[in-house]
Formats: sequence, C-alpha cells, structure tokens
Amino acid sequence: MNSMSDSADKGKPGRAAYINARLLDPASGLDALGALLVENGRIADFGPRLFNDGVPAGTASIDCNGACLAPGLVDMRVQLREPGEEHKETIKSAGLAAARGGITAMVALPNTEPIVDDVAGVEFVARRAREAKLVKVYTYAAITRGLAGTEITEIGLLAEFGARGFTDGLKAVADAQVMRRALSYARAHDQLIVQHPEEPSLADGAMNEGVTATRLGFAGSPTTAETIMFERDFLLFELTGGRYHAAHVSTAAAIEAIRQAKVRGLQVTCDTAPQYFMLTEADVGDYRSFAKVSPPLRCEADRAAVAAAVADGTIDAVASDHSPHDQESKRQPFAVADPGMAGLETLLPLTLALVHKKQMSLLDAVARLSTRPAEILRLNAGRLAKGAPADLTIFDPEETWTIDPDAFLSKSKNSPFDNYPARGRARATVVDGRMIFGADTYGRAPASVA
Amino acid sequence: MTSPITSPQTADTAVLGYPHRHLLGIEGLSAGEIGFLLDLSDGYAALNRSESKKTALMRGLTVINLFFETSTRTRTSFELAGKRLGADVINMSVSWSSIKKGETLIDTAMTLNAMHPDVLVVRHPDSGAVKLLSEKVNCAVINGGDGSHEHPTQALLDALTIRQRRGRLAGLVVAICGDILHSRVARSNIHLLTTMGATVRVVAPPTLLPAAIERLGVEVYFDMRKALEGCDIVMMLRLQTERMHGSYVPSIREYFRFYGLDREKLAMAKPDALIMHPGPMNRGVEIDSEVADDIDRSLIRAQVEMGVAVRMACLDVLTRDLRHANEAQGARRRGGAS
Repeated sequence: MNSMSDSADKGKPGRAAYINARLLDPASGLDALGALLVENGRIADFGPRLFNDGVPAGTASIDCNGACLAPGLVDMRVQLREPGEEHKETIKSAGLAAARGGITAMVALPNTEPIVDDVAGVEFVARRAREAKLVKVYTYAAITRGLAGTEITEIGLLAEFGARGFTDGLKAVADAQVMRRALSYARAHDQLIVQHPEEPSLADGAMNEGVTATRLGFAGSPTTAETIMFERDFLLFELTGGRYHAAHVSTAAAIEAIRQAKVRGLQVTCDTAPQYFMLTEADVGDYRSFAKVSPPLRCEADRAAVAAAVADGTIDAVASDHSPHDQESKRQPFAVADPGMAGLETLLPLTLALVHKKQMSLLDAVARLSTRPAEILRLNAGRLAKGAPADLTIFDPEETWTIDPDAFLSKSKNSPFDNYPARGRARATVVDGRMIFGADTYGRAPASVA
Repeated sequence: MTSPITSPQTADTAVLGYPHRHLLGIEGLSAGEIGFLLDLSDGYAALNRSESKKTALMRGLTVINLFFETSTRTRTSFELAGKRLGADVINMSVSWSSIKKGETLIDTAMTLNAMHPDVLVVRHPDSGAVKLLSEKVNCAVINGGDGSHEHPTQALLDALTIRQRRGRLAGLVVAICGDILHSRVARSNIHLLTTMGATVRVVAPPTLLPAAIERLGVEVYFDMRKALEGCDIVMMLRLQTERMHGSYVPSIREYFRFYGLDREKLAMAKPDALIMHPGPMNRGVEIDSEVADDIDRSLIRAQVEMGVAVRMACLDVLTRDLRHANEAQGARRRGGAS
C-alpha cells in the first residue's frame, strides 16, 4: 500500500502542459526554463526544449509565466488533530492549508485521540484522506502503546497497513532499553523510527534555559537535553542499525553530534522546522505563547547553526512541525500554554528566506522540502522523473506578501509570524495531475481550494 | 535374575567413549563424543521399543533429579530413564525463590552430597548454576537445563531424532526459529549441529536474538520465509508468555504473523522438511496446530521418545567407571571370601 490518499480524479486529468516554467529538480540538478507534460496523473515528459514548437492540440496548456515548477513539497511532520480534536484541525482543513502552502504530501504524528497505535487508527487516517481528496496524507504510528514509552506497538502489522514510520510524536522514547528494542525490532521490518530528541527529565522547562528564561522567571530546558538524546540514540543506533531520524533539531551542539555521526558513517537523518532558523528565545518577548514551541526557541548562536546546517545539508529536511491549537490552548500563562505553531502555510516562504539571504540555492531549498524527505520516507515523490506521479508545486520565489494567520485555511491561527513580511509563495499545487490549489491563477477547473 | 549387565553399543565408536565426569553442556564436546552418545542412544531407543524395557545396569545406584525450576517432561524423562536402568530415582523440586532467602545453592549441594547420590540431574533458572554445583559434589552431574545457557540432553535427543529420520546430521540445513535470546535449547543445538557439520540458521525478530550470535557459526535471518528456504529441518522454540506483550515482541498476533510456523511459511522449506519443537507448544503463537499435528512432517512426538533413550545413554556413560569399580570391588570381595 503506497499511497493512503487515493486521489485518482473522477474527471480524467488527461493531458496538461505546464509551459514557461523554471524547472527545479534537485535529484538531477536541473534548474532551467522549460516545460512539463502531465498525462493521466503522471509526469509524461519534461525538459528545457519540450514544446518549443508549441503545445499540440488536445493538450491543455498552463503558462507558468516563469514561476518555479518543482516536485511537490513533502512535509514529514504535521499534527492533524483528527481524530479527537476536530475543533483544532481536521484532515480536510489541514489538507486545504497544505495545498495552499504548496505541500503535496504530509505525514501525520500519531498523537491524536485515540492514539494511532493500532491498525484501525492507520486505516482511519487513510480513509479520511481519501474522502478529503486533497494532498496525500500518510501517518506515523506510535512506537509504544499509548505513547507510554514502555511496550512496543505492532510495528510489522502497522507497516503492512500503511504506517509510514514510527514515532512517539511530541514525546521522546526515554527508556534506553525500549528505544534499543524499538530500533532493533523496526529493523526487521525495515521501518523508520523518528525520535523527538529531548531527554524528558531535563527538558521540563517552559522555554530555553538562559538569561531570557531567568529574566522572565521560568525554569529552562537546557540545550543539553537535546544533545544527550542525540548522543544516546546514536550510540544505540550503532548497536542496532536500522533507520533512525531525529525530528526538529534546534541546537548547535546537536548539529555537531549529527555531523560527527555522519562522518562515522551512521545512516541517520534529521529535520528541523523554520522557527528554529528564523526565531530565537528573544521572540518569546513579553510572554508570547505563540512563540512557545517544543523544543523551545534557542539563542542566536543555535539559530545560526541550524540555518547553516540546513544550508549545507547536515540537516536533511525542513518540515513545518504544524501544531494547530485553538485560542484556549494558547491563551494561557506561558508555562501552561500548549507548545507548537501552525506551519503548513508558511513552510515554503520561511524556508525560502535562507535562499534570499544567499545561504543556499533554490535547488537546495527544494531538496530540503521535497527530495530528501521523500527519500527518508521512501515515498515515490520528490523528483521530476518520467512516469513519476505528477505531484508538483508551482511557486513564485519573489512574491512579497504579509503573513496573516487570520487568513490561514488551517482551523488554527497560532503563528508567531503574524505580520511577517514574507518573500516567495506557492501559486499552484498539483497532486496526481489534479490542480488542487491555484485554479484561480491558472484557470483550470475544478479546483478544491478557493 | 535380570538380563546381563551390558549396555547396547556399536563397536566402531565404542572405543571413543565419553571421557568426562559430567555432562554440563554440548560446547566443547567433540564430534566423536557426540557420535558415541548418539550411537549408544540408538541402542536404548531400540531397547525401549522391545518388550523387556528394563535392565539392571544401574542397580544399587542413586539418581537425584534436583529441579530448581518447574518441569514435567524433562524430569519425567530422566526419572523413567533412571528407572529403566534399574537405578533408585528420587525427585526433588525446590522453589528457587525460597532458596534465595535462606540456604545457598552450595549449601544445598553439600547437603545432597552427604546423601551419596551417584548422579545428580540438575535444572536451574540461572546460567552457570549447574556448573557451580558440579564443582561442589563428588558424583556425576547432568545439566537438565541452566538458565539461558545449555540443555545438552535436549540437543542430543533432537540430533538423535534427526539422525534416525535422515540418517545423518552433516550437510543438513537446520533453521532454529523463535526466542533464541532466552533459549538454552537453541544454544545447545547450535553447538551440537555445527560440530556435527550441519548448517544452522537462526531466525527471530532482532529483539529475540542475542548479540554476536553469528560468532557461534550460524547464519542470522530476520525474515522467516528466507530463513526456511531450502531447509531440511525447522526447529521451533517456545515463546514464554511474559515476553509476548510489548517488551520483546509487540503481540501474539504479530509474532504469529511473522514468526509463527504455518503451512505458507513451511512451503519455503524443502518438500520433505521436518518440524521439531522442544515442547510444550504454544499453538497459535509459534506454531500452527495444522503443522504441529502433521504426522508426516512433525517429529514432536518422536522427540519425546528419543528423550528417554538419550538420557539412558547419558546415565549409562556417566556411571560406567563407577560400575566397573564396584564390579571390581565386588569381584575382590567374592574372591577374598572364596
């Protein structure tokens, strides 16, 4: 079972030519003006000289006007809140937000109510995604039953039913023996283990440990909480082998640990989220709970290290870490407010900020947002290739706009990037050849996103 | 009068013998010694099928079955073996938890030693405990299973069962499947089968495989179908209930799905592949009933039968010197009286 979101269109997508596009494909290094042909939901052909002599009759023509055409973004870390907290987000509302953000595939954390730790939960997400018919939705299943950190779940059966990997979501697998067994066991089924890398006994503060926390009167979570978990997991991984991925790296020390692990030849991967290379603990300001995230925002040196590691590829992927919360969860004293920010609609522009700062190329940005996460998750996505599913993102890297969380399609509006002057934006999102967002711009009906 | 006091044996291997005082494990035994024990066991297997099963070989000798761990079949098998050889057999079941509070293992050994047994058969939940005990007593000691270390008579009876059906051990491909991590049966079988020239594969989820198991000369598999490809013998192990829920294995159904022996997985093995299990079986956990009860393929009952024969052979060889000395002494006494 490859795709949980069977988005075969009822009205046949037929043939569509995307012309006058800046084709971006990190896998092959392609960055050139050209065209791409979609046929029956798949990429039929593409290249700089395609349709130089015009688009043949019977093929719909979509003029990209020089905008970038890249493999669709793969967001490897989102919370969908369905089932259980549909007032915060649903698979449908998150799908709309993702489509508008240029995301064609996303992977949900299992921390719903009930928790996705059995086959029924995996099937539920698949069915709801099919009904929503928007972006492709995959789900991780829990590593341990009830996310309790003690008993491993039915990793083999869950994988057969389509779980895309295993994680305890916002909780680290703290017990070293349980983590070792999970890594070992998952290896037999060739499954990915995704860790939230924070040692819980140290990471119980409301924000980063340091002068800001001291001034605001909080117990802090030290960066050491992250480093300890990374180092421990790498040592365990040396015993077990398998597939290990660390989510949302936030510290310079952890990045150094990853760098050394990769030098040692460990096949480990990691991601981060835009807030960790865009914001610091200073953005918590005057107890701004929208800037409360997990792990917490760190100091400037950590932020700079995360940005550099995204640029040089030490951090493999950038994910939104989309954490939708309602007003009640955030309108709380800082220490008790829920951590996390809505991120689907700002993932692309915030990542492009590193391109505009000349820290990395556009191709690098697409690699972190699409190619690498697809590789880590082993999805048939993330590259422009003949015969591959036509999951595409068309974006203008230069469009300037102001982020307005109130206008988010996500049900939740919790973003610390309120009023942020963004540069770069998705224009259209195509899943299996179907344009699910952008029809207004490109005049292609029917579109699912207004 | 009872039948003549001779043990059945074949001439060609008898010269090799078994030059050890105890039987504590398979590791370290030579192919010749193992072959000798199996040949001797063949004779006892034949004897056990005859009408007069009983000999007086061990008349006057005492065997104590000292079990620190509950067991029905192994204890019964040793008891029957001793009785068929004419020995006096005493069963002692000791709850290890009560022992821990008071008397030490060595105290227990000294106490028993004072009763002058001739053979002690010992089962103990701690690896190495039987060896420790053997160092403190004057009689022969047979390891009836110690912790996750060894269960030598089980490996011998498995080998005997295979050899009787296949005529040999060398060159066979044997897959040992299941909880290798905790299994003394697996370790003894690995030592025996590799020593005798068989190819041994182990297959289990990685959580149930001990570290560096490949260093014992086995091939390691996580995928049962691949492990069974071309196998002559499929040896299943019991999965203890307390290990079935989330710690080593997520659930029974997942374990059965990937590591339970059913028709479909068995189809990967050779068409005439044979199935073994040391018992007691968990039907629907590690083995499907349909497979376990297949009279053409399942050797499970034959294993039980061979168990008695192997244990008779072990009791026989370990008391030989003693019997010879007693005979000589008896002869001298008779000679002196005449």
